[in-house]
This record gives sequence, C-alpha cells and structure tokens, in this order.
Amino acid sequence: MWPHSRADEERRVKEDRAALRIQSWFRGTRLRSYLRHLQRKATIIQKIWRGYIARVYFRKKVKVQCFVMKMNFYNEMAVRIQKRWKGYYVRKYVHNYYARKRYLEGLTKKNEQVRRTMEEFAEMQRNEREHHQVECEEQKTCLQAQRMHFLLSTHQIPGVFNSPYRDFPHEMELQMKSIKPLLVKDIQQKRQAMDPSAPGDTFLKTRPLPPIPSKKPQGPFRDPATVLQQRYRPLEPTLRVATSITDLEEAREELRRGEWRGRIIDHAFQPFSHAHKNKKYERSIHTTSSFERLAYGTVYFREENQEKLRGKKPFKSIFTTCNVFDKFGQLYSNAGKIV
Amino acid sequence: MSQRQVLQVFEQYQKARTQFVQTIAELATRPQNIETLQNAGVLSLLRPLLLDVVPTIQQTAALALGRLANHNDDLAEAVVKGDVLPQLVYSLAEQNRFYKKAAAFVLRAVGKHSPQLAQAVVDCGALDALVACLEEFDPGVKEAAAWALGNIARHNGELSQAVVDAGAVPLLVLCIQEPELALKRIAASALSDVSKHSPELAQTVVDAGAIAHLAQMILNPDTKLKRQVFSALGQISKHSVDLAEMVVEAEVFPAALACLKDPDEYVRKNVTTLIREVAKHTPELSQLIVNAGGVATVIDSVGESQGNVRLPGIMMLGYVAAHSENLAMAVIVSKGVPQLAICLVEESEDHIKAATAWALGQIGRHSPEHARAVAAANVLPRLLRLYTDTESSEDLQLKTKKALKSILQKCTYLPALEPLLHEAPSDILKHVVGQFSKVLPHDSKARRLFVTSGGLKKVQEIKAEPGSLLQENINSINSCYPEEIVRYYSPGYSEILLERVEAYQPT
Repeated sequence: MWPHSRADEERRVKEDRAALRIQSWFRGTRLRSYLRHLQRKATIIQKIWRGYIARVYFRKKVKVQCFVMKMNFYNEMAVRIQKRWKGYYVRKYVHNYYARKRYLEGLTKKNEQVRRTMEEFAEMQRNEREHHQVECEEQKTCLQAQRMHFLLSTHQIPGVFNSPYRDFPHEMELQMKSIKPLLVKDIQQKRQAMDPSAPGDTFLKTRPLPPIPSKKPQGPFRDPATVLQQRYRPLEPTLRVATSITDLEEAREELRRGEWRGRIIDHAFQPFSHAHKNKKYERSIHTTSSFERLAYGTVYFREENQEKLRGKKPFKSIFTTCNVFDKFGQLYSNAGKIV
Repeated sequence: MSQRQVLQVFEQYQKARTQFVQTIAELATRPQNIETLQNAGVLSLLRPLLLDVVPTIQQTAALALGRLANHNDDLAEAVVKGDVLPQLVYSLAEQNRFYKKAAAFVLRAVGKHSPQLAQAVVDCGALDALVACLEEFDPGVKEAAAWALGNIARHNGELSQAVVDAGAVPLLVLCIQEPELALKRIAASALSDVSKHSPELAQTVVDAGAIAHLAQMILNPDTKLKRQVFSALGQISKHSVDLAEMVVEAEVFPAALACLKDPDEYVRKNVTTLIREVAKHTPELSQLIVNAGGVATVIDSVGESQGNVRLPGIMMLGYVAAHSENLAMAVIVSKGVPQLAICLVEESEDHIKAATAWALGQIGRHSPEHARAVAAANVLPRLLRLYTDTESSEDLQLKTKKALKSILQKCTYLPALEPLLHEAPSDILKHVVGQFSKVLPHDSKARRLFVTSGGLKKVQEIKAEPGSLLQENINSINSCYPEEIVRYYSPGYSEILLERVEAYQPT
C-alpha cells in the first residue's frame, strides 16, 4: 500500500497545483468578465444620464436664446413704435413746424396791425395837440384883441391898426370889431378864481405876496389892531347855544351805554342775606306751555284760519227750470216767426 | 403918551416882522441868494418867527424855511439841528390849513435829501401828523402831506415800512381817487416810492386796492399823472410773478401800449419799464405781451427815442428773447434785431451798449436760425470791435464777450463768420474756427468758398498750441482738403519751393 500511496501522494500535490491554477484562471476570467460587464453597464447608464443632462441643458439654452431673440425683436419693434410716436408727438404738440410758422405769420400780421393802429393813434393825438395849440393861440389873440379894444377905429378917427396909408386894415382891426371889449368885472372875477389846489408845485412858484399896508388907511376906519382882534376873537357862544337841546337825553344814553360797557357780568349779584326775599318768581307749567286754550270768543270772533274754509264750495241754488218763459217774444205761428 | 402912540410901536414891529419874513421867502426862491442868507444866519432868525402870534408871519416863516431847506442838504441839516421839526409837527396837528401846508412843505424839503434827514423827520413823529393831514378836507394839504410821505418813503425800505406802518397806504389810495389832478399825481408817486423797496411793501399797496385805481388812470390825458401811474405799476410788478400777474389782470395791457406813442419821453420810459418788469418774470407773461403786439410797439418806441429812454425797451427785448426759442423768434420776426443793431451804433454810453449786446446775445443763442438772423444784421463785427476796444468798460467787454460766444456757438452762417477770422482775438477765434470745423466737412460749396475767400490761408497762419482745442479744430478743417492745398496755403511754402528749385540739379 505504501508505494501506491506515495505515488498518489506525489500526484496529489501536482494535481492540487493544477487544480489551483485552473480554478484561479477560471475565477479570474469570471471576475474579469463580471467587471467588464459592470463597466459596460456603467457606460450605458452614464451615456443615458449624460445625454439627458445635455439635452436638458440644451433645451434651457435654446429657451434663453429664444427669449433673448424675442426680446431683442420686441425691443426693436418698441423702438420703432416709440420713434414714430415721439416724432408724431413732438411734431404735433412740442415743435409743430407749421403751427409755429402760422404763429409767426400771425404775429407779423398782428404786429403790422398794431403798428398801423399805433400810427393812427399817434396821428390822432398829434392832430388833437395841434388843434389844442391853435385854439390856445386863438384865445390868446382874442384876449389880446379884447385888451386892445380901445384902439378900435371910430367912425371919425381911424385907429392904430387902420392906417389910412394902407390899402386894407390890419387883421387885428377886424378881430377887434368882431368881439366885445373886456369888462373890468370879468378881470376881477378871474383874479379871484385862483384855485389853491391848482396843479403844479404851489410852493416853488413865486407868487406875488400881498402888499404890506404902509400907513393907516384914510377915512373913518377903525384901528387895524382892533379889527384884527375882532376878527380873530374866539367864538364865545352862550351856554344855551353851546349845548345841545337833547343834551340831557344824550347824557343819559351815554351813561347807560357806559354802564353796559363797563359791566363785567350780565346777571347782577344778589345779596346773600335775605335770600328768600330775592327769590325769582317761577311761572306754572300751564301758563308757560304753548298748549293753551284758543282765545276764540274772548279776543276775536271771526274764523281766523281762512284756509279751513277754502275747501268748501259756495252754496248754489238748484232750481228746476220753468218753461213758461221759453217762448217769450215769439209768435206761435211758424209764418211770422221772429228769429 | 397916548394909547395910540403905544400901539403904534407894536404895529410898526409887526409890520417889520411881516416884511422881513416875506422878503426872506422871496429871496429864498433864488438859488444865488441862498449862500448869503445862510451866512447871515437866517435860520436862527426864522425859528422864533415860527412861534409868532400872527398866523401870517408863522406861515410865511415856514414857507421861507421850506424853500431854504429845499435847496441843499446843508440847510436841511441845519433845520433839523435847529430843533424846528418838533415844533412844526406839533403845529401840523393844531393849526389851520395854510399853516399845515407850509409845515408839510418844510418836512418834505428836509426829508428829500438823504435817508438820515428823512429818518430825523420820522424820529420827531412827523408820520402820524402827516397821515392825519391826509384825512384833511383841503386837497392842497393832502397833496403836501402825500408829497412829504413820498419823499420820506423814497430812500429805503425801513423808512418806507415806517410810512406803511403809520397807515398811509389806504389814505394814499383814497387820494388817488380824488378829482384833483395834482393830488392824484403826487399820491401815485408816493405809492410808487413806497412799493419800490420790497415785495412785502408792494403787496401792502396791492392789498389796499391800488392797482385797480391806477389802471383806470392809464388813459388820462394828463402827462405827469401818466408818468407817475406807470412808474407805480412798474414798481409794483417788478417784485414777483404774483404781483406782475395782478397788474396784468387789471387789464393794463393793450391800453398801456397806446401810451408808447406819447409825446412825453418819461411816459414812454415808464411804460417800457412796466412792460419790461412784467415780461421778465415768466414765459407766459412774455407771451401775453408778445401776442398783444407789445414787442412791435416797443421796438418802434426804441427806434423813436434816444439815450436812457431806450434802455428799458432794449432790456425788455432781451428778457423776452431769453425765455424761449419761440419768443426769441417773435422778436426777430418783429424786426427787433436791426433796431438793436442801430442802437449799438448810435448809442454812446457804455451801459446802453452793454444792454444791447446782452439782448442780442439772448436773441441769438437759441438755434442756428436765430444766430443767422443776428449775424445777418451785421452785428458780429460791431460786437467784436466793442470787445476789443480799450475804451469800453469792463462790464461792456464781459457782456459783448458772452454775447459773441453764445451767438457764435450756434452760428452756421459762414459769410458772417469770415470777417471774424481776420480780426478776432484768440479767445473768440476758437469759437469761430470751431464753427468752421463743424460746418465744412458737410458742405462742399462752403469748402470751395472758404479757399477762394482766403479763409484757409488765414487758418494756416493761426498759431495754436499743440493739443489745444483750437489746434484740433484746425486739424479737422485741414482734413477736409487735399494735402497739397493745405501745404500751398501754409506760411513759408514759397521759400520751401525756392529751396527745392535751388537744390534741384538738372541731369
């Protein structure tokens, strides 16, 4: 048995090793194929996942791109609209060329018109002034003629202005003939009618001062001192004249008003002692209320409220008509009927 | 001695006093006598006569004092120092109307000279007495009192405020409504003096209802009254937009324009001042005046008058044109620019020229169209001459420079710019060259003209610092032309050519 088993033993070791190698190869192969399998699967998963992510990303990007494109488009369109609108608005309301032109044309026309009216107005004023001046001069010559009226030639003697050596008289002569001489009365009136509030500086003008009386006036005149004294004597009326007739009433009124003004409270204080004596009388409710008996029959006797009566119609007498007089004045025969 | 003889002494004394006072009052009317009277100590002699028993002597003494104080401020000061005023103020309340008139005259004569003297009059309590005089029945007294109040209020805002505080304004407004022309005139003048200092004072006058009454008197035939009325309206409206609008609302406008044809130049001046004061506030108010044809009439009146009367009209045109482009165009359309150009030549005083230059600048600064209108009136060379003239004042130079700058920056009318190239100093030249550099690249005809008129040659001769704006502008002009032409017109080109001829060796 020994040698057999030894041979067996020797073979066994060899066989063991061979088996081990076969097993290791097999295991290795299996594991590698498994790993390869796993890798393939992982690649598939990754491929799908990456593809998905990329598609999502792409889609997002396309969306954004699209949005941007659209926005650009809209903006461009909005700019176009705004441009049109702004142009229209400005041309219509802000800087309307035609309106401005029209306005300026209108303005020139208006200016022309104003200039013309101004010219007319100035012309009118000038005419008025000239007219006034002419009138003034006429008045002056008229006054001159009035003053020199005494130089008018008479029937017998020719005046200064009517020289016999000339063919025709001076025009002053004619003017003097046509007017009346100045009367002394008029001159005096004119002198008196000097207005103290005449226009112009009343102080700076040199006005002739009243003459200083040099000596006592001749005649039965009083002494000027006494006259002056008399003149500037203050008025001394009698008491009867100085005071008013209604003085007493006025004084009373004034006193009352003064009291009313000076009073601090309207309800005077009542004295505290003997308070029962100062009790105010209180009226009963019946006499103070507005519901009281009508005074009909005691104060008045006719119905005062005419409205109450107004609704009723006046009486009317109703009679049946009597046919007796219907044919009055008519004849019974048809032949002689009076219409 | 009999009683008569005794009385005769008194009588003689009174006669002598009367004669003295009357003679002094007569003498005081002539300016050549004043110094002699002053040296003779007339004031100390007149002062006791103010307290005389005879009213005539009192009045005449006050009259003489007033005439003396009217002449110069030394005498007025002497009157103040002589302690005469309290006495006058006291008697202003007490005495009869003739004396009141004379006393108010003295106060007026003293108060007119200086703020200090007017303050002295106020300090002695004259205002209350004068205001009381405004309530008097006699128009002469009212007139004198109003005049005195006006003279006091004219100096400064404080004195004016004092007059207002004394309650004078409503009474002055009542005085305007009186039938007497002289009183109306003086009351209007006093209101003008009161309202000229501050918006508040003007508002007080307006609140008293003055505008309506003043506006009614615009067409009054009296010239002096018109002067005062327009002056008052102008002084009221100058302060603020609200006040100006109130004046306009009183329907002053078409009527006031008619007064621009008045023969009296002060009326014209005051009307133009009123228009200017109204127009300067807002474009709307200016537009209103323009639409009423105010600009045309103002331009006409500027043409018809001389000197200082023109000034408000010129300024009014400037203010209107400054508001907006349209209004400036309205001024141009109303033929304002030629008129202003005439003013620029005719006037000799610097401040009027300065105002004209300013107005032209305001007209021309809006757009090329405006600038062209101004330049076509041949104004630019004149403005330049005024600017370079050594005789002109600093203000005029500043104003002309500003005007030139603002017109040139808009001007594209090259024929008007050409002469400036040859004359202008460097600070103006840069604007001129700048305009050329802006226009030439776009206009072939102008490029051609620029060469033939010698402008390009002139431009080459300008010495500009390298890197400056002027140099840049010159370069941009040069870039519009071919290089040979630029070189041909450069200074010293002929020498270079000759050198080349010498250096040339014929083969």
